[in-house]
Amino acid sequence: MANHSRIDSRIEGLVQPGRVHRRIYTDPAIFEIEMERLFGQSWLYVGHESQVRFPGDFFCTRLGREPVVLVRHGTGNKNGGDKNAGDINGGDKNGGDITVLYNRCGHRGAKVVATESGSVREFRCCYHGWTYATDGRLISVPVRQGYPEGTVDIADPAYGMQAVPRVASYRGFIFASLSATGPSLTDFLGHMTTSFDDLVDRAPDGEIEVAGGIARHAYRGNWKLIFENVNDGLHPLSVHLSSIEAARAQDDAVWSDGAGEIGIRQMRQNGAPLEFWDKQVGLWAYPFGHSYLGDYHDDEKLAVARQDPSFQDYIEIMEAKKGRERARQILGVTRWNTNIYPTISFMSQFRQLRVIQPVAVDRTDVLGFCFRLKGAPEKMFRDTIQFANVTNASASPVLTDDLETYDRLRGGLESGGNDWVPMSRGLGRDVADGNGGLQAENGLSELHIRNMFDSWSGYMAGT
Amino acid sequence: MEEIEAFLFHEARLLDEALYDDWLALFTDTAWYWVPIQPRQDNPFDTVSIIYDDRKLLETRVRRLRNENIHAQSPPSRTSRIIGNIVGARSDETGGVTACDFQISSRFQMVEFRRDEQRLFAGALLHGLVRDGEGFKIAWKRVDLVNCDAMMEGITVPF
Repeated sequence: MANHSRIDSRIEGLVQPGRVHRRIYTDPAIFEIEMERLFGQSWLYVGHESQVRFPGDFFCTRLGREPVVLVRHGTGNKNGGDKNAGDINGGDKNGGDITVLYNRCGHRGAKVVATESGSVREFRCCYHGWTYATDGRLISVPVRQGYPEGTVDIADPAYGMQAVPRVASYRGFIFASLSATGPSLTDFLGHMTTSFDDLVDRAPDGEIEVAGGIARHAYRGNWKLIFENVNDGLHPLSVHLSSIEAARAQDDAVWSDGAGEIGIRQMRQNGAPLEFWDKQVGLWAYPFGHSYLGDYHDDEKLAVARQDPSFQDYIEIMEAKKGRERARQILGVTRWNTNIYPTISFMSQFRQLRVIQPVAVDRTDVLGFCFRLKGAPEKMFRDTIQFANVTNASASPVLTDDLETYDRLRGGLESGGNDWVPMSRGLGRDVADGNGGLQAENGLSELHIRNMFDSWSGYMAGT
Repeated sequence: MEEIEAFLFHEARLLDEALYDDWLALFTDTAWYWVPIQPRQDNPFDTVSIIYDDRKLLETRVRRLRNENIHAQSPPSRTSRIIGNIVGARSDETGGVTACDFQISSRFQMVEFRRDEQRLFAGALLHGLVRDGEGFKIAWKRVDLVNCDAMMEGITVPF
């Protein structure tokens, strides 16, 4: 491990008050340091427990650039005992131990698990047939006698599939850290647990599940750009003007089976005037680079329109199951988009979660997941699906203009015409929010970007 | 079948020439246009799609395609597509969806060039066609890309 506390000439001075050096987005050497010090240290989102509901269920993903397998090991019925992924908010009723394994054979190093998700009794490497239990333990080695004593020991954990050092979860959201030391997940999430609460509490039965497939998109550009963009209240009116104008001109009388309704409402909503973002939208930022945009929606503005009959049914179910007062409290939370730096961005009201995966300094993959609220009308899940199509699918009439923007940022930031990138909107006008964070002047502030770079600087300096 | 073949070639030509309003005019008032994100995807309602547009959203999509502020088409794409293997669809391919007079299966390949990159798309098309005077209209269209579940960069030009 490098000595992080030394002054590193490669990153020194790149982050300054209200501006950063363009190399932060373009320099492959900086990307390498990010993989080691930021992604190598931070808590990273892995998946949701509903993706590995039963023992043997697995889901393959990446942590930084590390290929890993999220897997539930064991036989179930373990009284909620979950020693590896101890939920910081309580047990995991499905039993078995949730583990995150590096997807690498202990023998010659092949990826052991080749499919994205499924259910197995054991993992078997295709190359020489080394076989592993679902906790990564090596259980079978063909021609075992061929390895002289002291070379390969089946009982030695060093020859198993290695577990990622730390795994923890909050209300079913599983995180891992590639570092054995560092802040707890509780400390890392801090006040942001309330955004996860906002998503889970909206389920009438108190439970959510990943469902509906994965909407994927890729862009040519640095991984940080999407985190900056999604909470940037100034971008929609310019970036999304084509879909805003197209949606505004749409005749509402035209036939729709429901798919068009929520998508077009969202496009129109992107066209809210700047005054609205100035006066009614809030932006909050928290330690470790997290942030959320809020106070965006009220009953009238909500793209999942509350006047919709299915939403009326939903409110009735919520009131019946949670009580009128508690239901009002839950539905009264008006968070729009929450970023948990450096891996996810999610929208509790629309039941969407994006996982951001860096590929290279100029390439990023994004996986969009949908959640079903247990106990809610099925029509709401259909809206969730349609919302994902217009926000996270690669052919979205909205998203494609974001992706073009990232591509142009990549192209423009290659230019040495100006080394500095200002992000000073609202600088110095933030106030303490009473929850350990900062509230921005308004929804047009670039506070969330400055806040991410504060955190970035800490990770990159090894502090 | 010759008539239907000519209709599909005409549709492909409208898309290649970016005559999107004329393309939209080929669809019925209650049409849907679907590009699944999973192979053999059962429906567009409980699973996400690359595109699932009802008539209303398809109109908005097409209107955006000719909006001067569409950054994703500045500069515009150029496309060239080949349609072939046109046959009547088997019933197990269409699953008894929205009523139509003819269910047509075909294959396509589309090359898209934009800025500095050329991309190749390929897959199966399913058209649900209805008689419209001497010609046809599209009651529904399904596009199954061979790489539907791949991690893809932005797609702006319809298939």
